[in-house]
Amino acid sequence: MSLDVVAENAKEMRRKIISMVTQAGSGHPGGSLSAADILAELYFDAMRIDPSNPKWEDRDRLILSKGHAAPALYAALALKGFFPVEELDNLRKLGSRLQGHPDMKKLPGVDMSSGSLGQGLSAANGMALAGRLDNKDYYVYVIMGDGENQEGQVWEAAMFAAHYRLDHVIAFVDHNRLQIDGLITDVMSPEPLEEKWQSFGWHVQKIDGHNLEQIAAAIAAAKQVKERPSVIIADTIKGKGVSFMENQASWHGSAPKQQQAEQALSELA
Amino acid sequence: MEEKKKIATREAYGKTLAELAATDKNLVVLDADLSKSTKTADFAAVAPERFFNVGIAEQNMIGVAAGLAACGKTPFVSSFAIFAVGRAFEQIRNSVAHPQLNVKIAATHAGITVGEDGGTHQSIEDISLMRTLPNMTVVVPADAIETEQAVKALAAYQGPAYLRLGRLATPQINDENYQFKLGETVLLRPGRDIAIFACGMMVAVALEAAELLAQESISATVINVHTIKPLDIDAVVESAGLCGAAISVEEHSIYGGLGSAIAEALAENCSVPFARVGIDDKFGQSGSPDALLRAYGLTPTVIATRAKAVIARKNAK
Ligand SMILES: Cc1ncc(C[n+]2csc(CCOP(=O)(O)OP(=O)(O)O)c2C)c(N)n1
Ligand SMILES: [Mg+2]
Repeated sequence: MSLDVVAENAKEMRRKIISMVTQAGSGHPGGSLSAADILAELYFDAMRIDPSNPKWEDRDRLILSKGHAAPALYAALALKGFFPVEELDNLRKLGSRLQGHPDMKKLPGVDMSSGSLGQGLSAANGMALAGRLDNKDYYVYVIMGDGENQEGQVWEAAMFAAHYRLDHVIAFVDHNRLQIDGLITDVMSPEPLEEKWQSFGWHVQKIDGHNLEQIAAAIAAAKQVKERPSVIIADTIKGKGVSFMENQASWHGSAPKQQQAEQALSELA
Repeated sequence: MEEKKKIATREAYGKTLAELAATDKNLVVLDADLSKSTKTADFAAVAPERFFNVGIAEQNMIGVAAGLAACGKTPFVSSFAIFAVGRAFEQIRNSVAHPQLNVKIAATHAGITVGEDGGTHQSIEDISLMRTLPNMTVVVPADAIETEQAVKALAAYQGPAYLRLGRLATPQINDENYQFKLGETVLLRPGRDIAIFACGMMVAVALEAAELLAQESISATVINVHTIKPLDIDAVVESAGLCGAAISVEEHSIYGGLGSAIAEALAENCSVPFARVGIDDKFGQSGSPDALLRAYGLTPTVIATRAKAVIARKNAK
């Protein structure tokens, strides 16, 4: 698929993120906007998926380990056709399939429940192992936050993936340099991330996480790597696309007011 | 009923830590990237040299606190209950409770009133997990006033403790003359027909239920069981015995929490008809706190209905 189509979907995802979080009155716009281009490239280009058959055994899987970016995932899934776009309005409401954090038992297209940081890569390892046991060639994509890389379990999983040569695991680190309490380097530096992942035996690429060509090329390159898992450290901007949200830790977990949403949507027109 | 001022227990927690910073120089505070939500940021603002943000690394936080306590400091560690207790349970067990180190785990965002974040973030099993550990004291304050005093009491107390706090602003049930005593229940409303044992934000809801029951000429005792462990067994048994019927009310799973503690005490000491109101073996989900309280049956009406059913069992005897 052409990257123009991906770009259009990425923009529409951003608009949906703003409107759904505003409507819900709570949620996480900053980290949703920073991951939007990565998710758009995956769902509208790279991944082998069939929205009419969400449990297809041969599908590529995606685990949003930074589950608080659920609005970005939900927008991608809805636009791709996994469920009606109108359902995005139900985000975070009682009884909704669109839970505050992704719930695989409720929503078609969600391959793994998440919300507690640090757990996604372990589950991805399990999915990749199962694929190997079943002679399947699907890939398992994982999206982690850079703050999330402070969790010890991430590094247990990193060690495991390299040890078992899980070359069908392709991980992204959404490197937006912010967590809730501020800059990752002020709170608890996980840097240097490239060297850490390298020393754990991973194939490492560093890209601009808002450049679709670079994202697509990095995924293609990761697929060529044999006998090693791949991580793509994507430099991003938290709140990307909405001027007053960009690079602001305060927009990690607060919803825009109606007027702010209108401004955001006009910037994303 | 008069409109009561609502304050979240986490707000009182942050304020009290900041107040203690000046007098208790041993006090150190740790957080895992949630200091604005847990309100430990209030302490960080006045004593930055004794505040440590560990990042998103709850297991390490507990271990570091254990080390600080082993060298004479009084660490308060905070995160959401689901991560502090859930993620780091075994660190709490083996690095804090087993060596009996002076670590205070003050966890916020407990229960379903976390709201929209949903089931992954709503801890409904933390009382159970903490109560099962030897050496662990477990306190669930009912309002901001009680929280302030509980924080001070736990700072003075030597030994591991778990303090369960909420996100939601809730009504005040105590006044300024209130005196918190670790390990002692508080009789809030005397009655004859049934004893209602409650903790945390459900104490206020239980008082409303007692009011509803009173309109039907049913007289309910309401007891605030702020210390779940060690449980004030004598007081529990005495009130349940006097009323001949009892019910427990908590914003927690009915397995392992206040209800289980009361059931154990009653089964061994004074068997009376009893029921547990709490979360009935289900996970939470997204929704507004009020909508969730209604959906999970944590309302005055449900408590009153359940209480009447227990009284009927007593009368059928
Ligand atoms: C185990 C765990 N601890 C704490 C949290 C609360 N929390 C939610 S998002 C977040 C910060 C995440 O920062 P980062 O991984 O950098 O995500 P991003 O910047 O992409 O939003 C925290 C601490 C959590 N969800 N899980
Ligand atoms: Mg980040």
